[in-house]
Amino acid sequence: MEQPAFQAEGLVKRFGKTVALDGVDLSARPGTVLAVLGPNGAGKTTAVRILATLVRPDAGTARVGGFDVVREAARVRRLIGLAGQSATVDEELSGRGNLVLIGLLLDLRRNEARTRAAELLDRFGLTEDADRPVAVYSGGMRRRLDLAASLVGRPRVVFLDEPTTGLDPGRREELWRMVREATAEGVSVLLTTQYLEEADALADDLRVIDHGRVIAAGTPAELKRVVGGQAVSVRPDDPEHMDETARVLASVTGRSPERTGRATLSVPVDDADTAWRVADGLRAEGVPVTEFSLHLPSLDEVFFALTGVSRDKESDT
Amino acid sequence: MSDLLSPLDTPRRPAALTRHSLVLARRGLAKSVRDPGAIVNGVITPALFMVLFVYLFGGSVSGSTGDYLRYLFPGVLVMGAGLSGMLASGVSINVDRKKGVFDRFRSLPIGRSAPLWGSVLADVVRYAVAVALLFAIGYLMGFRVTTDLASAAAAAALAMGFGFALSWVMVFVGVLVRNESTVLAVAFIAFLPLLLGTSLAAPVDTLPGWLRAWAGINPATHAMDACRALLTGTAAGASITVTLAWSAGLVAVFCPLAVLAHTRER
Repeated sequence: MEQPAFQAEGLVKRFGKTVALDGVDLSARPGTVLAVLGPNGAGKTTAVRILATLVRPDAGTARVGGFDVVREAARVRRLIGLAGQSATVDEELSGRGNLVLIGLLLDLRRNEARTRAAELLDRFGLTEDADRPVAVYSGGMRRRLDLAASLVGRPRVVFLDEPTTGLDPGRREELWRMVREATAEGVSVLLTTQYLEEADALADDLRVIDHGRVIAAGTPAELKRVVGGQAVSVRPDDPEHMDETARVLASVTGRSPERTGRATLSVPVDDADTAWRVADGLRAEGVPVTEFSLHLPSLDEVFFALTGVSRDKESDT
Repeated sequence: MSDLLSPLDTPRRPAALTRHSLVLARRGLAKSVRDPGAIVNGVITPALFMVLFVYLFGGSVSGSTGDYLRYLFPGVLVMGAGLSGMLASGVSINVDRKKGVFDRFRSLPIGRSAPLWGSVLADVVRYAVAVALLFAIGYLMGFRVTTDLASAAAAAALAMGFGFALSWVMVFVGVLVRNESTVLAVAFIAFLPLLLGTSLAAPVDTLPGWLRAWAGINPATHAMDACRALLTGTAAGASITVTLAWSAGLVAVFCPLAVLAHTRER
């Protein structure tokens, strides 16, 4: 059988009394993207940090490119690139300075490091601002530089730890395109995210984790089938119309809508056609709306569908 | 472009730790050029003490400001190197660890102690600048080396060696505590007894008993006495040996401790 690009078996990690990972298995075939979807504190970052040799597991094993992350950490570090929450660029250096620094630490000669930096700056659209300190970069530029920094050593496996958290949607799609280009060239990726949309856009395979355990595994398509594909969110003009809106949503979809915002209702739909029928229903009833959207389910909705427990209610108890 | 991700041809080159440390030292210095705070602190504070003491007390303590400057300057030199050592690395390492910059370094195939060595080596350049600037200020105020050039160079080296030793202590603190403000607080609290509770402003035997006892033990006193001997030809006694022993001892203890604390997982 083909050797996995990276593989974790039965990972356990405790920090004091907190159990960050409680027996997690992950693996990905070479050249594929594995997304790990979960809320804050689910253990995503800990899993990445173990695979990236930054943290030792309390139990279980992890291998990257066949090398053990604990016993053969030095070998593993020659294969990996790390970006996102677990690693940052140096704000006081320029974008170019950061990339050249990493190149030199990877034992490139100075001219090679400069060439490599220029190549990546160009590719990520940062050439114009290459010599300005990162402190003045926008959020999107910083994430792009971060991604570039993880690719300096031409890694075989890249860990992207919530690479787009906090970015606005346009910037997010731009970064996705860049991740997709990198993966098209055969690099394997472990991506952690809080957005099903992001996993759907990038991943070949998906794990949902919560409280340090994998609670669902499959391809994004399989998972979407479980959680009901898409969802419609409606925000009536006047909060007094909430009940009326809810009635329309329920009668068209046959599901009970969930209140997702102060004045927003959301309900899973099986296809876009249902969404148009919801729109027709609202118009027929004469309910004016300020927002109407068709989107992939949010993390909260995914968890609701998988566990039957609303995360809000869970944290209340 | 299509080979953007083909494996890098990077044969392992020799002396990796030294090379990586120097690369990281350059990074530290590039930042110092942009934000020369640590150097300024290492120069301004001692220079202010020098001006203040010489012109306020010089006349009454030594009879003339020139004589007092002769006594004071070597101590100020040690203070400058020591202060630079206490303020730079500990703080910057703490910030780098907290922000995640060191996590990127730790995911690279480099020695785990390389970032610490890099930072401390960058500090050495900072003390050199601080010491040179203090010599220039001292010269303008009228201080003259009365021994020879070799002794003056030895004094500068001794002061820098002492600063190097102190910076390892602060690196250890920087790795251990959570916030850079704590590192600064430790440096400030240590500054008073360590650099002022010495023979800096007046000979130890003129101090009250309790302070004399402390100043006698304090390695900074020995470093100042040694520099005084090397720059102005006073009796050195054992001060040079004691300073070297202290500096070596501090490095021998705190360098491994800092590396250990740094590589220990969190």
